Parts: sequence; C-alpha cells; structure tokens
Amino acid sequence: MSKHWRAALAAGALALAVAAGAQGAVPTDADPVVHKREIELASKLRCLVCQNETIAASRADLAVDLRRQVREQVAAGKTDAEIIDFMTSRYGDFVLYQPPLRGATLLLWFGPLLLGAIGLLVALRVVRARRKVALAAPLSEAERARAAALLRGEGERR
Amino acid sequence: MKRIALFLIPLAAFAVLAVFLLRGLWLNPREVPSPLIGKPAPVFVRPTLHAPDKQFASADMAGQVWVFNVWASWCTPCRQEHPLWNAFARKQLVPLIGLNYKDKGDAARGWLAELGDPYQVNVVDADGRVGIDFGVYGVPETFVIDKKGVIRLKHIGPITAEALDRKIVPLIQQLQGES
Repeated sequence: MSKHWRAALAAGALALAVAAGAQGAVPTDADPVVHKREIELASKLRCLVCQNETIAASRADLAVDLRRQVREQVAAGKTDAEIIDFMTSRYGDFVLYQPPLRGATLLLWFGPLLLGAIGLLVALRVVRARRKVALAAPLSEAERARAAALLRGEGERR
Repeated sequence: MKRIALFLIPLAAFAVLAVFLLRGLWLNPREVPSPLIGKPAPVFVRPTLHAPDKQFASADMAGQVWVFNVWASWCTPCRQEHPLWNAFARKQLVPLIGLNYKDKGDAARGWLAELGDPYQVNVVDADGRVGIDFGVYGVPETFVIDKKGVIRLKHIGPITAEALDRKIVPLIQQLQGES
C-alpha cells in the first residue's frame, strides 16, 4: 500500500468515526501538527484486539485508549521513537505493523528474496540444460528441408 | 539419480511447509508473547473497589508472591473463569489481587456479590491506564508476580483448571522458595 493510500484510508476511517460520533476518534486538539503526528503514529501501530487493523482505523476500546496515549504523549513533546518504545515495551514487536529488522526477523524480511533467487537459479539451469541438448543434436539435411517446407505452409502429406 | 532428486526435492519442500502449517494449527494467534515477562511489574497506586477513599499501592506487595487478575463485569469469559478463582482463593496460597478494568463500580460490586469475591483487594482502573502499563489487550488476563516484584508469568484469556494446576500453582510454589 502506498503512503497516500494509507493516509486516505486513515482519513476515511476518521471521517466515518467522526460521522458516527465515536468518542476519542474526534480530534480534540486545535493543534493540527499534534493531530497529524497522532494519526501518523497510530497508523503504524496494530490494534491487538482486532489484530488486522491499525489503532488509527480501529474503533475497539483498546485502540481508542492507545490513541489517547499517543495523543497525550505527542502533546507532551515526546519523540516518535519514545512513543513507539512505550508501545513495544508493553505489547511487544507485534504492536508494530512493520516488523523491525533483526536476527529473528531476517528470514521474514529476506525469505521471499531468497526463494526468488533460488527460483531464478533453477530456471537458469533448466534453460541452459535445454540449450545444450538443442546444440548437441543439430538438424539433419532432411529435417531442415521438412522444417522449411512446413514454414512455407506446404503441410505434410500422410 | 537425477529423476529421484526431481521427485525428492519438491517432496521435502512440501514436508517442511506441512510441518510449519501443522504447527500453526495449534498456535493461538490471540496469544501475543508479552515482553513484560522477567521485567519489573509496573508500579501503580489506585483506589480500591470496596473502599474508594482507600488507595492500593503495588509497592506494598513487595516481599511476597502474588497473583494479579484483570477482570470486568462486562467481560463474559471472566464469568467463566470466576469459579476457578473462588476455588484458588480457598487454598490461601498467595494473595489474589484484582484489577477491575474499565468497569462501573456498582456493576463490579454487584458482580462480586452475586458470584463470590475471591480477591484480597480489588483495584479500580477506570480509564484503563494500569491495564495499558501491563500490556493488557484482552480481559481476562492473569499475572504472577514474584517477591522482587518481577512478572514471571502472564496468562491471556480465561484461566483453566489445567493452567492453574500445571503452571500457576507449581510456579507459585517455586517462587515462594526463592528469597
């Protein structure tokens, strides 16, 4: 998903929530900078109740509470790293939508690349082996003549 | 030889995949491992449920092993696990402290009057902030905290007789032996 897409989705969810009169989703700050950072951070954090929604998109109670935490900490002047750290120290890396790059997640990050590379190698080997077979057995004169006839569209008589 | 390899490689790949998927069948995606295990329990001071003018401080529990159970009257699985806590409290093994999470006082007190009150103290967490500090995301949740105030176990979801007998009670006995 592109960044714009995500932002549009978050904005849509927010608009819906506001329309529905949900508590907490209504931006309470007059400060648009705080509000923008709140949404940005909330879009990176997973709601642990619904698991497949960010806390920006979810209307679960816990998501509302966590969004309030984010908003308060942003307003208190905490950095993004401090707020993310607050969340991961309580809920673990699972709370992050984008898993951090470290030893245990190397396979997660590079596994698909590895599989792609293996596939490419296999494909290369197969192509090479076929080329070798083709080069090792060139056509005889008779076969060549027959191929040329077929290409001219003369067909074969049976 | 080559033909055998062509046959065996996909078979092996399938077997590996099957083992992973089979394991996945028995994993509960709702159980997110807590980073708080082995860390000092969050410190809090909150009013108690039965005497709102009195405060409970988690620091007062230092030096003893205790069980911390997060519950609410609106939580259906809490009703399911409640008889087990009643039985657990009768054993008088360790103090059972309740965290009444995002609940209404009257509803919570009524719930305990109806179903029995196994808790030594119930702490009121009206806005859910203590819950967030403990990484609570699905009530009920249960923590075992040792004499030094370190979280040693977290159980997510309703407690079961099996979890109590096999994990929690043996752990409590082990922790009581520690200095």
